[in-house]
Amino acid sequence: MSLKIENLHANIGDREILKGLNLEMPKGEVHAIMGKNGSGKSTLAKVMAGHPDYEVSAGQVLLDGLNLFEMEEPDQRARTGLFVAFQYPMEVPGVTIANFIRAALQARLPEGEELDAVDYYHHLYEKMDLLKIDRKFTSRAVNEGFSGGEKKRCEILQMAMLNPVYAVLDETDSGLDIDALRIVSEGVNAMRSPERGLLVITHYQRLLDYIVPDVVHVMVDGRIVMSGDKTLAHKLEAEGYDWVEKELLQKA
Amino acid sequence: METKPDLNIDRSVGDFHYDVDYEFDAGIGLSEKTIDYICDVKKDPDWIREFRKEALRKFNSMPMPTNWASHDLDNIVFENIRYYLSQGTQPKRSWDDVPEDVKRTFERLGIPEQERKFLAGVEAQFDSEAAYSNIKAAVGEQGVIFVGSTEGLHKHPEIFKKWFGKVIPTGDNKFSALNSAVFSGGSFIYIPPGVKVKHPLQAYFRINAENFGQFERTLIIADEGSEVMYMEGCTAPKFETSTLHSAVVELVALKGAKIQYITVQNWSANVFNLVTKRGLAHEEAEIKWIDCNIGSRLTMKYPGVIMKGRKARGEVISIALAGDGQHQDTGAKMVHAADETTSNIVSKSISLGSGRSTYRGLVQIGRHLKGCKNNTECDALLINTESRTDTYPAITVRGKENACQHEASVSKISAEQIFYMQQRGISKAAAMSLAVNGFVNDLVQQFPMEYSVELKRLIDLEMEGSVG
Repeated sequence: MSLKIENLHANIGDREILKGLNLEMPKGEVHAIMGKNGSGKSTLAKVMAGHPDYEVSAGQVLLDGLNLFEMEEPDQRARTGLFVAFQYPMEVPGVTIANFIRAALQARLPEGEELDAVDYYHHLYEKMDLLKIDRKFTSRAVNEGFSGGEKKRCEILQMAMLNPVYAVLDETDSGLDIDALRIVSEGVNAMRSPERGLLVITHYQRLLDYIVPDVVHVMVDGRIVMSGDKTLAHKLEAEGYDWVEKELLQKA
Repeated sequence: METKPDLNIDRSVGDFHYDVDYEFDAGIGLSEKTIDYICDVKKDPDWIREFRKEALRKFNSMPMPTNWASHDLDNIVFENIRYYLSQGTQPKRSWDDVPEDVKRTFERLGIPEQERKFLAGVEAQFDSEAAYSNIKAAVGEQGVIFVGSTEGLHKHPEIFKKWFGKVIPTGDNKFSALNSAVFSGGSFIYIPPGVKVKHPLQAYFRINAENFGQFERTLIIADEGSEVMYMEGCTAPKFETSTLHSAVVELVALKGAKIQYITVQNWSANVFNLVTKRGLAHEEAEIKWIDCNIGSRLTMKYPGVIMKGRKARGEVISIALAGDGQHQDTGAKMVHAADETTSNIVSKSISLGSGRSTYRGLVQIGRHLKGCKNNTECDALLINTESRTDTYPAITVRGKENACQHEASVSKISAEQIFYMQQRGISKAAAMSLAVNGFVNDLVQQFPMEYSVELKRLIDLEMEGSVG
């Protein structure tokens, strides 16, 4: 059982951004993808989720053997078990967090079945407490007027409530101060499970001190070019991405 | 779990009709003969017969308002319409006495159930006449009158005659003239001084016949210091040919009285819905219109308040949803005619597919007045590139000591927002519904619970249809 990305090519307009990306993450593990700005990290998250702006020209993504690209709509992929915590989460004016998450959970129930409201709130408050989110937030509109840190916590809250099989966390550390980073990381660590795989996309090694990965992948120009254990992240932090490019040249 | 109230006025539920043997049918077309027929059936007094004929002359002499409104009005063929259809003019007081085919209609729409649950009184109009009208005993004992307009005219002429046609003159517009000529049905309500009616009174308007025009006439008088909430729901089945609904609603709030008038209408896409609604607010009185317009081919409706007495208040809260091929031309009129009067207009429109929403607002504050305030907000939400929205505010504020504020916004549900919601597992239709409900959420919270649930359901249905 794994999240398996095979020879993935994707473009936006005429520009190819993913150029034959391969990666396999077994269920139960945490992998990190590191890379410079513009290497295609966020594109990978959006392409997997089914963002309408991107076109997949080759390759496939298998979620425990199920081909994501055979599912046309992003909501089908989500209900199969894929979650993406976005770098820039959208505002949804007028829709409260409580109603939004409730609608998302309701969408996973068979037709005619209703979510139990008491259980739901009990569960929601439990997760909010864990992420130190004030309960007043339940009645605030999704991401509307939120600070950067509040948005990221709200993404992790949604992940905790929706209980995905595989989650991609895109630059979850950006915009967080050190306290918020710790709280968010604790929330993510609480989600680690043999039944789940977490793919953490980040620019900085800092996050990986809190969410310690089993495997680190380095992304350059739309491909995974190097993989290793957590020490790879430290090496990158110390020597910079230029080091990777030099290594690649030497190999070539 | 609380029980979920359900007013059942969505079109899928309302899209049925029964063949009914009408006892009275004024036939097709409109002439003095039609009016004589209606007067004879309804046993109208002479002054009403004269009032109707005068109105017909005005109607015939007035042009269609196509110089400023939609040319789609030209597609109404007045000579093809049936102006009066009924099975009798006496509404029944008990469901058991309502004719079987009419009863089946209202039972299918859930009306008797609603009455038991939360209403102080109900009137159910089937085509031209009220088929059923009932008020809870406790409310009746307080002296509240809630009957059909025909019965009001016959049994309470002293109150009826004093206010009838006084808030909206016959010649106000072509369609108020038409209504004045052929009106039938609608409610007559009188609330005695100081009486606060706790539960809403409700009327339900049902068109069952094809090529038919429904012209109800509602008159509500809230005497000094009284309070009342009135709600109306409307449906019609889908027919191939157009149907006309042209009501006139007059409200009178005497000193310190409060009237809240709530409409949730969901006409099918062949209905021309051309309604004139206005209230007269005396000193310290308050009139609030809450108006939800979903469905119809063309709706033109601008509820208004004339603030005649010092410190009177007027409010219009409106939500319009223009689906594919529909045009919602709605707005509000606020006429400040005394010092320290305040008015508030909040209008939200949603345009879907090729649907079009238009907001027209009129605010007048006279030169000699002091301390008047108006606030107008109109927000439009567009859900794809074909749809269109226009705003035509007309604000006339004279005099230096008055304040007026107008805000307008147009927003879109972006593909990014829909994608974000879909990534959470929510289907495209449900995502659009959520976004639309979010857009109107602050207004819906002001509605009675039963109607906010109903409105949410109607929006869900509309969105499902639009995604296909």
